[in-house]
Amino acid sequence: MMMEAPAREPVNLAGLLKDAAFAAAIAFGLFSLLLGLKTDQTLNNQMVLVPRPGLLFTVVGLVFVGRFLIGYWQAINAGKIKKKKAAATPLALKIEKYGTAAFVGFLFVYPMVVLGTAGPSGAIKWIDNFGIQILIYIMLGWGLNIVVGLAGLLDLGYVAFYAVGAYSYALLATSEPVKEFMASTIGPSFWPLWAFWICLPVAGILAAFWGVLLGFPVLRLRGDYLAIVTLAFGEIIRLVLINWVDFSGGYAGISSIPRPSFFGVPFNATESGFAATFGLEFTPIYRTIFLFYVILVLALVTALVSTRLRRLPVGRAWEALREDEIACRSLGINTVNTKLTAFAIGAMFGGFAGAFFAARQGFISPESFVFLESAQILAIVVLGGMGSLLGVVIASILLVGGVELLRELDFLKAYFGDGFDPAQYRMLIFGACMVLMMLWKPRGLISVREPSVFLKEKKAVSSDLVKEGHG
Amino acid sequence: MEVFVQQLINGVTLGAVYGLIAIGYTMVFGIIGMVNFAHGDVFMISAFVALICFMAVTALAGMSGGAIFLALLVALIVSMIVTSLFSWTIERVAYRKLRGSFRLAPLISAIGMSILLMNFVQVAQGARNKPIPPIMRDTIRLFEKDGFVVAISYKQILIILVTALLLGIFWYVVQKTPLGRAQRACEQDQKMAALLGINVDRTIAVTFIMGAALAAVAGTMFLTYYGVVVFSDGFVPGVKAFTAAVLGGIGSLPGAVLGGMLIGLIETFWSAYFSIDYKDVAAFSILAIVLIFMPQGLLGKPEVEKV
Repeated sequence: MMMEAPAREPVNLAGLLKDAAFAAAIAFGLFSLLLGLKTDQTLNNQMVLVPRPGLLFTVVGLVFVGRFLIGYWQAINAGKIKKKKAAATPLALKIEKYGTAAFVGFLFVYPMVVLGTAGPSGAIKWIDNFGIQILIYIMLGWGLNIVVGLAGLLDLGYVAFYAVGAYSYALLATSEPVKEFMASTIGPSFWPLWAFWICLPVAGILAAFWGVLLGFPVLRLRGDYLAIVTLAFGEIIRLVLINWVDFSGGYAGISSIPRPSFFGVPFNATESGFAATFGLEFTPIYRTIFLFYVILVLALVTALVSTRLRRLPVGRAWEALREDEIACRSLGINTVNTKLTAFAIGAMFGGFAGAFFAARQGFISPESFVFLESAQILAIVVLGGMGSLLGVVIASILLVGGVELLRELDFLKAYFGDGFDPAQYRMLIFGACMVLMMLWKPRGLISVREPSVFLKEKKAVSSDLVKEGHG
Repeated sequence: MEVFVQQLINGVTLGAVYGLIAIGYTMVFGIIGMVNFAHGDVFMISAFVALICFMAVTALAGMSGGAIFLALLVALIVSMIVTSLFSWTIERVAYRKLRGSFRLAPLISAIGMSILLMNFVQVAQGARNKPIPPIMRDTIRLFEKDGFVVAISYKQILIILVTALLLGIFWYVVQKTPLGRAQRACEQDQKMAALLGINVDRTIAVTFIMGAALAAVAGTMFLTYYGVVVFSDGFVPGVKAFTAAVLGGIGSLPGAVLGGMLIGLIETFWSAYFSIDYKDVAAFSILAIVLIFMPQGLLGKPEVEKV
């Protein structure tokens, strides 16, 4: 005889409704003033309150329905015995391995695919807004991953190194003395064409130097305090950039930064330009495609370096430091050098990305280096699962690409009226995603770890055994 | 001398606001050991709630002296209630589940919450500065020398008095009531407190509520003092108040007030004697220096590292 499934308890609908009503009452209390009344300025600058009861009751209604559905879902799942999650298998690692390879392959053909499907004029948006933008964040995420994911040092001021890189390139490339010196020694056309390629390593080195400089005082700090101090450093650098007008141009920033050339061949419509040299018709798309490949290569170098470093003694020291600093010290690891190398290498990649950013935009100002950027990069690393390269990729595509996609949702205007602009909700959604992700999967999307040292056979390290953030 | 006295008055006023916010940081850190990053934005929300209340009451009752007083009182009380509700909801939704999780999870959740709150207000109320009509512009002239008048405004007197009064009430609650005893017990040892029959969850929720209520007082005072609020106003005062909490010794209540006063004074004196452009740089530098060289603060207990 078959075993009968245990009778499921009937769902307590009255209780659920009571819960939902309570949540709705709370929502009413929270939003009645902030959503129900809007402060507006009239034409003669008088502040007036505009009541919006419709919006308020819609939101309260949504909370009621949402709470009821969540409660119902929990109630019907309550009796079920959760299947014990299988221990992390090498399969997950295999997926990561082949997934990464497939993804890189896809990236190399991406501009061609887009060019083929969207045509030259439509493709710029897809390569620039989606491709390059996401790749910059992937690179920043991989760079920060060295500091946060491998060494376990929570850095909330990573954008400072991004800014150092961007300003190094911008200031060097636009500086008159350097231009004159190069013109007098090599030739007038040399510096505008080669500035990017010469300044890129310089920007990385300067950023690494700043990484050591800012890393040195915070060696003793850990966890939350480290995070707050790095936040303070990031803000100090931004405020200095704003206030030291002679040096950085203040709020106005730096404009007309030279764009990268194709190793000496400029992207313009002249005789010696890229298109003419290669016998092609001139369109701006070549520059965009070239920039895409530049950032792709830069990002891949970051990934390659961080995977290789993980297997080197210094990388093992980073991960050991993340797990237990005191044990590290007892075993004779020089924690000072270990932490400083992590800061310096992470900062260096931030600097590369910054130089690329300045070259791509042609204009930079302190507005691009606010705390929110740091939070966004950190969110990408954390949501991806700290230490996982593929996780960073997935998180960047979801967060950056998803946010960019919001700009494309113009058809929603048909439902919500012309004043509706989906893009203004992007940071709201972004913040909500961060909170929900922490509630749902605090370890990130890909939390399995590949061990770099093993006995006999490779076993994946379950996420429960990884303890980031103690550093 | 005259400039010094005037800046002293201004600094104490500003310090009162920072001190009130700092208590929220220090209490939460003391009891669950997390940096409640969203607290600055809770402060900003309280200023917005006060703004809306103030406008609603003055729209109904006019702008006479009595009406303004009534409007401020209503704004203060409603703001305290609504902000407490916000803080309670945030704790319940975004932090409670993460209490046993790994250490970074609550901090990241708090950063997300901070972004969420800031942008919620931006979307709901617009991105522009929100001014209120100038109120309580009268000042008391204290003394005059060489044409420089040292004056204290009624606003400043009000802010200092309300702060002192609320700090007194708050001090009484923490030191003399069963609720305060439960809070101090949870701070020392949550497991033991639970074994002795203290509802730890509720005590933590009440801590968040108390911190938010004091932040709401600060928000209303901020609005009265500056007469304008904008959605991004939570971040910098939040960081400064956190600096105050750290400077005073995180976990210590008198330390938070002391730290707030010090930060307020340093900021005003820095602006008066050095450079107003770099006043935020000064605050952030103090934060970094204190955390690096004196992480236990002025009145805090040094943290013992256990293996």
